[in-house]
Amino acid sequence: MPQYEPVLLANVCKENSHTLAVYQAGGGYRTLRRVLKEMTPAEVVTAVRASNLRGRGGAGFPTGLKWSFLPAGHPGSIYMCVNADESEPGTFSNRVLMELDPHQVLEGILLSCYATRATTAYVYLRYEYPVSYRRLQAAIDECYRANLLGKNILGHDFSLDVTIHRGAAAYVCGEETGLIESLEGKRAWPRIKPPFPAVEGLFRKPTVVNNVETLACVTHILDRGVEWFKSMGTPPDPDYPADPGSFGPKLYCLSGHVNRPGCYEGPLGLPCREVIERFGGGVWKGRKAKAVVPGGLSTGLLAASELETPLDFAGPIRAGCLGLGTAGLIVLDETYSMVDFLHNSCRFFAHESCGQCTPCREGTGWALGMLERIKAGRGRLEDLELLLEIAESIGIIPGTTICGLADGAAWPIKNAIQKFRGELEEYIRRTNPAGYMVAEPVPALIPSHNGGNHRSSTARPVSITR
Amino acid sequence: MPIAIIDGRELELRSDERLNGIEAAARLGISIPYYCWHPGLSVVGSCRMCLVESGTRDPKTGKVSMLPKLVPACNTIVRDGTVLVTQSEKVQRARAMVEEDLLLRHPIDCPICDKAGECQLQDYYFRYGQAQRRADLRPFTSRRRDVGGGITLFVDRCVMCSRCVRFTREISGTAELMVVDRAAHEEIDVLPGFPLANKLSGNVVDLCPVGALCDKDFLYRQRVWFLRRHAGICIGCATGCSTWIEENQDRVWRIKPRENPQVNKWWICNDGRYDYPHVHSDRRILGPAAAPCGGQTADLDWTRLPKELDEQLRQAGRLAAVLSPFLTVEEAYLLARYVRGIDPQAQIVLGPVPIVGQDERFPGSFTIAVEKCPNRRGIEEIVAHFMHRVATLDDLLDALDRGEVRGVWVAGGYREPWIDEAKAERLGQAALLVVQDLFPSPLTERAGYLLPAAAFPEREGSYVNRHDHLQSVRRAIRPPMGVRPEGSLLWELAGRQGLYHAQAVLTELASEIPYFRAAAGPIPDVGLNLKVNLLAQTPDGVQHASV
Repeated sequence: MPQYEPVLLANVCKENSHTLAVYQAGGGYRTLRRVLKEMTPAEVVTAVRASNLRGRGGAGFPTGLKWSFLPAGHPGSIYMCVNADESEPGTFSNRVLMELDPHQVLEGILLSCYATRATTAYVYLRYEYPVSYRRLQAAIDECYRANLLGKNILGHDFSLDVTIHRGAAAYVCGEETGLIESLEGKRAWPRIKPPFPAVEGLFRKPTVVNNVETLACVTHILDRGVEWFKSMGTPPDPDYPADPGSFGPKLYCLSGHVNRPGCYEGPLGLPCREVIERFGGGVWKGRKAKAVVPGGLSTGLLAASELETPLDFAGPIRAGCLGLGTAGLIVLDETYSMVDFLHNSCRFFAHESCGQCTPCREGTGWALGMLERIKAGRGRLEDLELLLEIAESIGIIPGTTICGLADGAAWPIKNAIQKFRGELEEYIRRTNPAGYMVAEPVPALIPSHNGGNHRSSTARPVSITR
Repeated sequence: MPIAIIDGRELELRSDERLNGIEAAARLGISIPYYCWHPGLSVVGSCRMCLVESGTRDPKTGKVSMLPKLVPACNTIVRDGTVLVTQSEKVQRARAMVEEDLLLRHPIDCPICDKAGECQLQDYYFRYGQAQRRADLRPFTSRRRDVGGGITLFVDRCVMCSRCVRFTREISGTAELMVVDRAAHEEIDVLPGFPLANKLSGNVVDLCPVGALCDKDFLYRQRVWFLRRHAGICIGCATGCSTWIEENQDRVWRIKPRENPQVNKWWICNDGRYDYPHVHSDRRILGPAAAPCGGQTADLDWTRLPKELDEQLRQAGRLAAVLSPFLTVEEAYLLARYVRGIDPQAQIVLGPVPIVGQDERFPGSFTIAVEKCPNRRGIEEIVAHFMHRVATLDDLLDALDRGEVRGVWVAGGYREPWIDEAKAERLGQAALLVVQDLFPSPLTERAGYLLPAAAFPEREGSYVNRHDHLQSVRRAIRPPMGVRPEGSLLWELAGRQGLYHAQAVLTELASEIPYFRAAAGPIPDVGLNLKVNLLAQTPDGVQHASV
């Protein structure tokens, strides 16, 4: 990797980086002032479209394209929802931005709202980020005092209000329509699409939902230009005509068995191994990596042999994973058991499934039940086939559920069994020597996976009289 | 004209139609299974049972391009060039998997489940499921919870289609039901202290595709495969909802809504749903009786009675008839015609119209009317035809006080007490008082001839609701021994041949009374609106045949 100058994290090491004074001293809000003076909203959209900026929240949908779905000349309100419900396991880049550089996020929000003509932005903030909440709220208050928010910002015909809404700690609220439902005060059940949020979103008005990091990138595209942005990353893959390429800076979140876990910035498309070696200082305790989650738990697993995979939006897909996701790398060293990994993954998704669509609600619970049994030494070899089929039915076959949560639950199962089948089979043989080949149904387990924080099934009032 | 292609067959659509995949496929007789979708509720697309393959046909080249993913048919609007494939292997696999998922935690307690026999899960599993159960996890616990409103919830049977939750939010507007917890622990529940308490609550039982929500009024009383259903009309109020009357061997066991887009859509209120017990009440008058001197009653039998009645009425002098708004228009017309046939000056008056409270209107536009009778409009028009105005019981009482009327026939059929001592006393001044009613009242004590009335499932004929919508029904059950429905008796008294035939009377009515003109032809299942005919009248009173 040639020398890379951080952009998104340029401010974070300064003292009091979260204050307006420090941000402005480093050139903050310079882009906003210029854009408000020189560019029309349509020009901003055009620039972002030209940059091929793709959403950093996980799906990688082109941001400019998303903005262009908004109905032109809509007479009423347009809303901007900032997705700060960063709950993908292994991901914490938004937190770094919001805690250490909240004004960068706000400038991105301001510019994006200017481009989309939104007059209200809601920051849907994860409840577990109290520091982010305080810093972001303080930054918003500073902006209101400095006329960077509110009516007629900096004397221009552009007004914006930003409100922080703290979620109640549900993974599914990170899904854009789940977020919208939750913001409306309802149960966060993702909505069926169409209609898409750009047409009918928050309070049934056109709505844009963007990730914090995506919005932060918008500022730099407008500041440094489209050419700069496209100078880093991976160009479109000629084999996939639909691939718009992966350009720009990216925050890599490195966690798990590495020497220096943390949030690092680099261009998109760094090979996985390089991220681990250069940023993370290699796998801890001098061990080797067994597998790496490339972009948050739901994206699946890269095996040790696949560590040269470039971390751009297309690379992990070619390696058989769901995608780049949030670029939250979780490194598993060679001593870590795949059964534990899979069990943990299933437990997370079985707990977080919103319970709306049948395949996800039941499939995640079923997979967890099987994993619990396997872990308890009562697994059978044929269970792996069934697990694969469950994964297939809840997420691998596209469209079987409303949102992507089930896909995220399915890919770790699929990858783990595909890439580490030998280890799983060995575990089952070793722990269940008498029964690993048995084909008859196994006696049912006591439902112990009632979840740690769920009341037990017998604790409810039961009426047995008519 | 837009053309969609479903399973290789072409379906022509009207250009103003907005059908989803399920509705469009049903037009071609192709059934797509579903749980969460309901035509009267919002689309959530969460059960994933209606997944189909979808694509579009290019209008120019005719080339079909399919989407790579499965889409829920309930949320797919069928347009020109829409292509749906509902039977492919991919679709069948997805359905089988959904069925397997739903049965993971579902107690297979069909033998003791009230819904067995009309359960969508049961039906679909036979049709789309797989023979073997592969899941060997998690035993079921049969938990049951009272959610209020006479409804009980069998928690484990629920498939989380959320229809009931949406119903209480969108149609009744009371939002008592909700989903608690998450993922596989999800349950339907109410807040403590806020039970299901609205007048439409019974509909959630009909909406439930499985046996989770059960009606305590019906629970464990009949197996549904013993029931026969008959089209009926609710007599609870002037809305006149279409119902299914479900009976076994002449006993009504439950009443369910019958879809009628012009009247009640898919719903009925609890007042109508639980209104049937009076039919089998042991307080009912179950045979004709005579008390010529106002003293002891003597039981009569039906063989001689019509002749005797006829003779008495002919000797009585000036006559009058009270038509209750619970009669069908045919019965009312036959009675009026018969009385006028004996005495051309006879008074025909409308019986009391029970009014209770106010109209109750729900957010989903369902309305419970203030008039608690089914046929005020129809009887009014018949009275107006004979009297040239809507004469009421009070007019008749005044006439009785003046001694102008000698013989009175009161056709009652009220479910509730409807007449007080004072009015009964004034009616009792008539020399000959024929009373036909369901239950004893101050009036029946004074009757010279007491005739039993038929209850609503035993009647045959038509009712006109307050929006001039006429619906006809056949009888659902035979009346109890000793009860002869009004129509049948009046048919004989009027000297007509053969058995009572309501349709013939209605045709006669349609040719004689302009208001009923539209009812001349066969009446569709959902009824027809007589106002169409009213509007076709010209100011000079000349009638134009209406469509």
